[in-house]
Amino acid sequence: MADNTEILSGFAEIVEEVAGIDTAEVTTEKSFVDDLDIDSLSMVEIAVQAEDKFGVKIPDDQLAELKTVGDAVDYIAKNQ
Amino acid sequence: MSTTPDVVVTGFGATTPLGGDVASTWEALLAGRSGVRRIDDADHEWVERHQLPVKIAAPLAVAPTEVLPRVQARRLDRCEQVALVAAKEAWAHAGLGDRGNMQVEPERLAVVVGTGIGGAVTLLDQDDLLENGGLRKVSPLTVPMLMPNGPAAWIGIEYGAQGGVHAPVSACASGAEALAWALRLLRGGEVDVVIAGGAEACITGITVAGFVQARTLSQRNDEPERASRPFDVDRDGFVLGEGAGIMILERAEFAKARGATVHGRLAGAGITSDAYHITGPEPEGVGQSRAIAAAVRSAGLEPSDIGHVNCHATSTVAGDVGETRAVRKALGDHPILTAPKSALGHMVGAAGAVESIITLLSVKEGVIPATLNLENLDPGVELDVVAGEPRKVDLDAAVCDSFGFGGHNAAVVFTSP
Repeated sequence: MADNTEILSGFAEIVEEVAGIDTAEVTTEKSFVDDLDIDSLSMVEIAVQAEDKFGVKIPDDQLAELKTVGDAVDYIAKNQ
Repeated sequence: MSTTPDVVVTGFGATTPLGGDVASTWEALLAGRSGVRRIDDADHEWVERHQLPVKIAAPLAVAPTEVLPRVQARRLDRCEQVALVAAKEAWAHAGLGDRGNMQVEPERLAVVVGTGIGGAVTLLDQDDLLENGGLRKVSPLTVPMLMPNGPAAWIGIEYGAQGGVHAPVSACASGAEALAWALRLLRGGEVDVVIAGGAEACITGITVAGFVQARTLSQRNDEPERASRPFDVDRDGFVLGEGAGIMILERAEFAKARGATVHGRLAGAGITSDAYHITGPEPEGVGQSRAIAAAVRSAGLEPSDIGHVNCHATSTVAGDVGETRAVRKALGDHPILTAPKSALGHMVGAAGAVESIITLLSVKEGVIPATLNLENLDPGVELDVVAGEPRKVDLDAAVCDSFGFGGHNAAVVFTSP
């Protein structure tokens, strides 16, 4: 079980790998679409990698609800 | 003289088995270097695994992943990567400005970039992932990576082209046919600028195996650099290559108004089809001859004006001599020929575009690169083919031929500015 700081750090690495955004930019208040300019195809890639890394399931209806990095980190923390 | 609106070339870019850009490719061509090498190595383990009888190819001199930003590259099939590499060089060469500060209206900018095969490697890789890892391992980018309009579409996005994005798919004629369609768009006045050319990157087990089974590839594995030998009596097939070539074409008036440097004119183009056999060329070269003649007519020129033909000549037994019959029929005995596939291998959908850039440079620089490995001219050729050393010659107009499986014939004419 990772705490939220560890989850954020690991999640930011995935975002960097998929979308090329520096890990320092991937902070909890950032919106995937409005701030990080991540499209729906990249979000699918990020979700699949997050599932593998953190051992969670992120169904499509849940994925659509994850608007910010903080939403994703909280979801992972709750569902691990 | 032509009464149709002039179309000029203001930029070009390429990535090929001889170099990562046009300058290095041209220099290597004039120096007589070959881009063909052995590929039975760790990167191509399928050669040994399937005991393929062909162990040579003409891979890129510079991998596109060394040039493109990492995140951009990972969203693209290799075919799309090479298209973008060539487009970036061409766009910068034309000096049309950065996105947001461009010298052409987005709605007056079009893309015509073809491919023969497209994203076959992606299709295979993703199928492996589906079979071995299941649905969730399949990339959401699978379809945009494998679709043959992908190279054109990505270039359109890169430069904000909103005047139409087109992707001619006519096998080995795709690159030249793209230039021909671009000429039509520009002459029709629909747009001011077209990013046009072709891209291919499909050196993989199944394509090599398929070409082997069609009996089209050279098996001169012991002498890779001597394998591609168009017009030579000992030719035994082509060598599969990969690459991309892109030209920036503009209405002459538009280029003049913005003060662009003009490198030559795309003066004419002709497209015909054999309706004869799915792979074999019609033996008398009638359809090819009609394409060349149509291109010359479209340029407002006479056959006697054409000093040089940059041939499609792939180094196959049937194709090379048939093409020379078509040249003689359309133009006569005077044009000087060369066959750049002797050095570049056969870049399939990119071939016609890269070879068009070479043709344009021959007109511009007054020098025709030699056909490598032409030691004993096939007696059926009966035309003057440059061999040994490049030949200096003043050229007013030259033709580039490109033909493809399916009976596609395309010819384009370049003239000095």
